[in-house]
Amino acid sequence: MTTARTLQFKIYRYDPDTDQKPTMQDISVEIDATDRKLLDALVKLKAKDDAIAFRRSCREGVCGSDALNINGRNGLACLTDIASFPEGKPIVLRPLPGLPVIRDLIVDMTQFFKQYHSIKPYLINNDPPPERERLQSPEEREELNGLYECILCACCSTSCPSFWWNPDKFVGPAGLLAAYRFIADTRDQATNERLDNLEDPYRLFRCHTIMNCVDVCPKGLNPTKAIGKIKDMMVQRSI
Amino acid sequence: MSAKVTVRKFDAVIVGAGGAGLRAAIQLSEAGLKTAVITKVFPTRSHTVAAQGGVAASLGNSEEDHWHWHMYDTVKGSDWLGDQDAIEFMCRKANECVIELEHYGMPFDRTDNGRIYQRPFGGHMSNFGEKPVRRSCAAADRTGHAMLHAMYQRNIKANTQFFVEWMALDLIRDAEGEVLGVTAMEMETGEIYAFHSKATIFATGGAGRIYYSSTNAFINTGDGVGMAARAGIPLEDMEFWQFHPTGVAGAGVLITEGVRGEGGILRNANKERFMERYAPNAKDLASRDVVSRAMVTEINEGRGCGPNKDFVYLDITHLDPATIMKRLPGIHEIGIQFAGVDCLKEMLPVVPTCHYQMGGIPTNYHGQVVVPGKRTQNEIVPGFFAAGECACASVHGANRLGTNSLLDLLVFGKSAGETAVDELKKSPKSHKELPADAFDRTLARLDRLNTQKGGSNVHESRLDMQRSMQKHAGVFRFDNLLKEGVQKILDIQKDVQQTEIKDKSKVFNTARIEALELDNLIEVAVATMVSAEARKESRGAHVRDDAPDTPERPNGRDDANWLKHSLWYKEGNRLDYKSVNLRPLSVDTIALKTRAY
Repeated sequence: MTTARTLQFKIYRYDPDTDQKPTMQDISVEIDATDRKLLDALVKLKAKDDAIAFRRSCREGVCGSDALNINGRNGLACLTDIASFPEGKPIVLRPLPGLPVIRDLIVDMTQFFKQYHSIKPYLINNDPPPERERLQSPEEREELNGLYECILCACCSTSCPSFWWNPDKFVGPAGLLAAYRFIADTRDQATNERLDNLEDPYRLFRCHTIMNCVDVCPKGLNPTKAIGKIKDMMVQRSI
Repeated sequence: MSAKVTVRKFDAVIVGAGGAGLRAAIQLSEAGLKTAVITKVFPTRSHTVAAQGGVAASLGNSEEDHWHWHMYDTVKGSDWLGDQDAIEFMCRKANECVIELEHYGMPFDRTDNGRIYQRPFGGHMSNFGEKPVRRSCAAADRTGHAMLHAMYQRNIKANTQFFVEWMALDLIRDAEGEVLGVTAMEMETGEIYAFHSKATIFATGGAGRIYYSSTNAFINTGDGVGMAARAGIPLEDMEFWQFHPTGVAGAGVLITEGVRGEGGILRNANKERFMERYAPNAKDLASRDVVSRAMVTEINEGRGCGPNKDFVYLDITHLDPATIMKRLPGIHEIGIQFAGVDCLKEMLPVVPTCHYQMGGIPTNYHGQVVVPGKRTQNEIVPGFFAAGECACASVHGANRLGTNSLLDLLVFGKSAGETAVDELKKSPKSHKELPADAFDRTLARLDRLNTQKGGSNVHESRLDMQRSMQKHAGVFRFDNLLKEGVQKILDIQKDVQQTEIKDKSKVFNTARIEALELDNLIEVAVATMVSAEARKESRGAHVRDDAPDTPERPNGRDDANWLKHSLWYKEGNRLDYKSVNLRPLSVDTIALKTRAY
């Protein structure tokens, strides 16, 4: 439980319709003991100043809408505990780094989704579908755990220096995690094609195992490990 | 804001990219039709993503099952208010639709022999109500997430054209009543467009945000339902709202019924398994309305838990921790995040929470929108389709069974898509001309919002509405509270008609979006309160004090007078009724009887 208190914020504000350049707004809000998460406080802030723009939807960490840079670290507002903020210090909120800002805390995610789409994120199996389900053992299915749960919030890719430098060329941790999700699926027949698609100095190999992605993933996933497995497969098939 | 409206033409426009919209889109895109999918959030942010426990299908992977048993359970669950033709259609289509998803790549959990894993769920029984059956096809407790992503991925493969972060504003209907598309706002620029189409499919989800305490996402604002109401389409059975038994106390976040499917038990302050008293046969796996009422009764009678005795406990501490971490990993995470409880060791505090809108835009089982006309009570509105939670087929009647919502959106999303494809391919037609007043309603709404002075606050008006709905139309309903509620909600409606926003920017103006959403929410709230006040019986999720359980009228249900669907019209705030279809497609009618679990 949190306690009733006043939270001080420094929030990145920019409306291209009216502003020449971005500013940091100082604003505070009273919260109740029932306000557990940062998103609860943001909703109260918006009641105070309706022009603060941010995305939000499920408020339980499954839709991936409310990813922000919170005190310098990427995370979901709906999963960030208010109690984790030190007293007496303003909470600094910025849009996710490395992507163009549309307004305030809302970034343009086009480049992020373009990379996701580039790995062909769908099952490829050219056999005629059987009448019933394709069989898969519980062990084979287990291989997908830690991969399929991604919510596409972009916390990982926008914390990755390699993605900052080459968002148009490096697929980034989210896209590569998805790529391995299909490679690891026993029902998928396009492993070679998928590896070909990544065999390039940038698309896969710009990952330098900095592991910021693992550090910030709000779902506890490990893109670096998945990327490592793809790299291993590349090596294996070249021998 | 400029009054300029750019018109774009498509064969079909789908509004909403949750489960129903994405399923319909697959049908249309794969048929090669020029289709636009308009969605106010990126598709995988839609609320289908939050579904947890599973999707119903009588695959029989772990024990014998049959669609006819599923149909019986659904009719009984609906308290006989569901249309039996639509229910038979849905239950018979279930296997095909779930297998298709598996073929799309959905990562279902597996049985030892490699088939789709199935778990028991509330109200799903074998052999016409005998004992719980394993019918819910699950991907851990993330079924909705796995399903929504698989369907989005299939749409990428099919090259579906999405308009992401575009908000549909109003339905375009001409003098003959034909639907010709929608108006919409591109959120990034604030520009207004019209999507001129030959088929318009609404898949906009429910409006669970009319209540203060809701499992629903912020985006569940009944946009399609509000648009339909403003365009003269009646809303069906809006008094029926599902309160899910297990929302996290205080936070409202959903805890899947799959927890009880895996062996979880509800306990009161005396640690008693109280469901044994209310549903001796199905116990904790009785239908949701039954369980929610039992919980509220326990709390009202002083056996609630915690310092304020205002919740009950959901206990899984007796289950094998490995099973919990394998089958319910998301629940473990939610317990820690939103209740501060490790459910391996401690019980979860839960309370009934608004979850699902059983009513909606009236449709037939082909997904076509139907309204009473001169000749019949179900005349097709040309060019208009609806599927999923925004629609009322009606398969859920007065109470929905868990896992039937994901099934509904698959079956009717597909069906609406198929019907639209058939119509467009069989009788190719050119676009009918847009009427001169096509954009008037939209432009008037936007203009009003831009120029409003001294108006009401969006946040405050929304809170007023949510608190009123919670107090006057909750789990148990009272004649005097409903009467007061109608007056209150009509007063709040006046506030909503003069909301004022400070933010006037054209760029991603979320204040404007929230005000426009409130226009939709309030239509649903009024429809709900007025329909609920008028229905003088208890049935399914609608239970009122002046219709108690008596020997003449078990459970307070009054079939002689109230075995009928409500239809609320915005114009004149009036009600009409139509009969329930008790005739299935191929089997005998499931005869009326008293509902007990």
